[in-house]
Amino acid sequence: MSTVEAPSLAPAAEKLRERLERSSLRGRTEVRDLDLPTIEVSPADWLELARYLRDDPECRFDLFLDLAGVDNAKRRGRPTRFEAVFHLLSVSANEHVRVKVLLPDGAGPSLPTVHGVWPAANWFEREAFDLFGFDFPGHPNLRRLLCHDAFVGHPLRKDYAPGQRWFFAEEDLRMPDWASNTDERAGHFETSTISIGPSHPATHGIIHLIARLDGEKIARAETQIGYMHRCFEKMAETHTWNQVIPFCDRLNYVSAMINGVGYVRTVERMLGIEVPDRGRLVRTILSEFSRIMDHCVNIGTNLVDIGGLTNFWYLYQPREGIYGLLEACCGARLTVSYVRVGGLAIDVPDDFVARCRALLESIPAFLNDVDRLVTRNKIVRNRLAGTGIVTREQAIAYGFTGPVLRSTGVPYDVRRARPYDFYDRFDWDVAVASEGDNYARYLVRMEEMRQSLSIIRQALDVFPPSGPVDSDDWHVVLPPKDAVYHDMESLIYHFKLIMEGIRVPVGERYEWIEGANGELGFYAISEGGAGPYRLKPRPPCFPMMAAFEDIIVGSTISDAVATLGTLNIIAGELER
Amino acid sequence: MALAGSGKALPTHDPGKGGGGADFFTTRLETMVAWARSSSLWPLPFATACCGIEFMSVVSSHYDLSRFGAEVVRFSPRQADLLIVAGTVVDKLAPTLRKIYDQMPEPKWVISMGVCASSGGFYRAYHVTQGIDEIVPVDVYVPGCPPTPEELMYGILELQRKIRSGEKSRDRRSAAAAVS
Repeated sequence: MSTVEAPSLAPAAEKLRERLERSSLRGRTEVRDLDLPTIEVSPADWLELARYLRDDPECRFDLFLDLAGVDNAKRRGRPTRFEAVFHLLSVSANEHVRVKVLLPDGAGPSLPTVHGVWPAANWFEREAFDLFGFDFPGHPNLRRLLCHDAFVGHPLRKDYAPGQRWFFAEEDLRMPDWASNTDERAGHFETSTISIGPSHPATHGIIHLIARLDGEKIARAETQIGYMHRCFEKMAETHTWNQVIPFCDRLNYVSAMINGVGYVRTVERMLGIEVPDRGRLVRTILSEFSRIMDHCVNIGTNLVDIGGLTNFWYLYQPREGIYGLLEACCGARLTVSYVRVGGLAIDVPDDFVARCRALLESIPAFLNDVDRLVTRNKIVRNRLAGTGIVTREQAIAYGFTGPVLRSTGVPYDVRRARPYDFYDRFDWDVAVASEGDNYARYLVRMEEMRQSLSIIRQALDVFPPSGPVDSDDWHVVLPPKDAVYHDMESLIYHFKLIMEGIRVPVGERYEWIEGANGELGFYAISEGGAGPYRLKPRPPCFPMMAAFEDIIVGSTISDAVATLGTLNIIAGELER
Repeated sequence: MALAGSGKALPTHDPGKGGGGADFFTTRLETMVAWARSSSLWPLPFATACCGIEFMSVVSSHYDLSRFGAEVVRFSPRQADLLIVAGTVVDKLAPTLRKIYDQMPEPKWVISMGVCASSGGFYRAYHVTQGIDEIVPVDVYVPGCPPTPEELMYGILELQRKIRSGEKSRDRRSAAAAVS
């Protein structure tokens, strides 16, 4: 067993402590050295700290990654019942930091809103209000986000029964207050308020957009979500570490493999175990194939939304080929559940490399077809170029990552910024564009698919033909079945794992990888039980959906549809 | 070697002359209508989640649902007679699903695709409808998480068999039960 603690962490925390001691916040924060430098602060000082972290030239934590509420009711050694855990990223310095705002017991958990510091905080705070009952004085629109409006209570509190549902009828749906207000005519040519969704082909089933039109242009918009909130986080708390994997696959179900890899990497880091090279290469290869699948569906459906059905069939065919590969590996096509903590569910089939190489041969032909049909197509360019523009500054302020951030000229890719598995050993480029419009996002995704093919090719060149794919730590991975039948010790390990599950040491960890949509993080807390005490994914499309209502102001509905497509909103990941 | 058949000629068809043995067949009107209905289903995909992606596979070129006469996908409930609920339905979405169903003209059928739509699946949770049959009557349940395209196609074929055999949709039966 080898530890995989990053060596640079302690100095990073020390540096942060020194900076804070020099600042006006001297003595009011506490810096801990966990997996990330972690600052503990009281709600009264949070807003000041937030401004300091964003603006201080030595910090510049300008990208708001995540807010996870935590209910400490069943946790030992925490000073308060509730805490709000923020994760921030400094794009320029490539550093992550965690801030814990300890919410005093008593008058109800409350902390100041930081949506003025990072606009991205807006929806994250609404979510924490919804699921934990945190109050954010000063928040402009503190309403439920994920649960329906007839819901009672805050479901992620530890005293909420996981299966307690509440009846919801159509008349319970709360529309934004401005939607029924018709006094806004001053200065407008002709206004009308329309409601698109939740069941509308362009919203792909689950997003509800309420827009006020001034003539043809959108003057104001608000997005309602929660039509697919299926309680991932509560389910994670009621299942064991390995049982959570199928739930993870259904977060971003278009590229399920990547979610599973992100999650098990988090748990493996908490356990301090290493997966053999062969297992990690399989994960890398299948993750990159999944990225191609994801981009195929995204580009294909986006083009369907703007009226081009043909490309969808061209783009869907490579997907079927990749499905065949996944099915050969694990028996499932879409939601694969192929990873396990410590390795994979089973070894890859004998013809794995041959199958991958065949796909590498066939996929470029489809991409070239689409390239020829779309990239220089005048109609597509008219629809995509110059619409849905997001500037570099906006993208960072809204918390964008992934292809959408890269389309604005920021070359932040986790595979390059903090290489995991083998990404630092392969020769590949980060796809970047500069315009930040819908067309730039299309170009970035097309290029990323080609880069993924290149990564897969290089991974296959070094792929060992045989060898273990699983860790040999039998406290985590089931011993080989043969050994279980013939060897007493293996039988005991098998029994303990099946009956009790994996025991992850007490602690917390935030691990992040490059999902198909952007930085996919998992913040896990273990109390030593059979399952996670708390598991919060950092969904890359959540901040994009939150920013959507601002991006589309001033554009037409048809451009908003095109923009929604290129942002790549996946409901399972958005609402978990 | 010369080809030698039995030499028995079949009656030739002369388009100018009506009638003749091959020009009509007898059936019951209901049978013919049921046959036509079963082979021209217009599905509305109520796709919310993972199953929606597999539904895309079913209608795409590889699996090609048009072989079975059910590929004319419509996103307006008023133009559809088959509601395929593909994916998890949560309590917040339930009233919408009912509204869509009510907007579909008769006769109409419902396929519940996947375990989430059928029973809530493994989401035994505070915000998930435990099966769409809480809201709408279901004719065919297709298990799987998500079902493979073959499974969904089997479900559609099974529905076609039900329609051809004259079985009424669940909705009519429940309506009749409510009256009596």
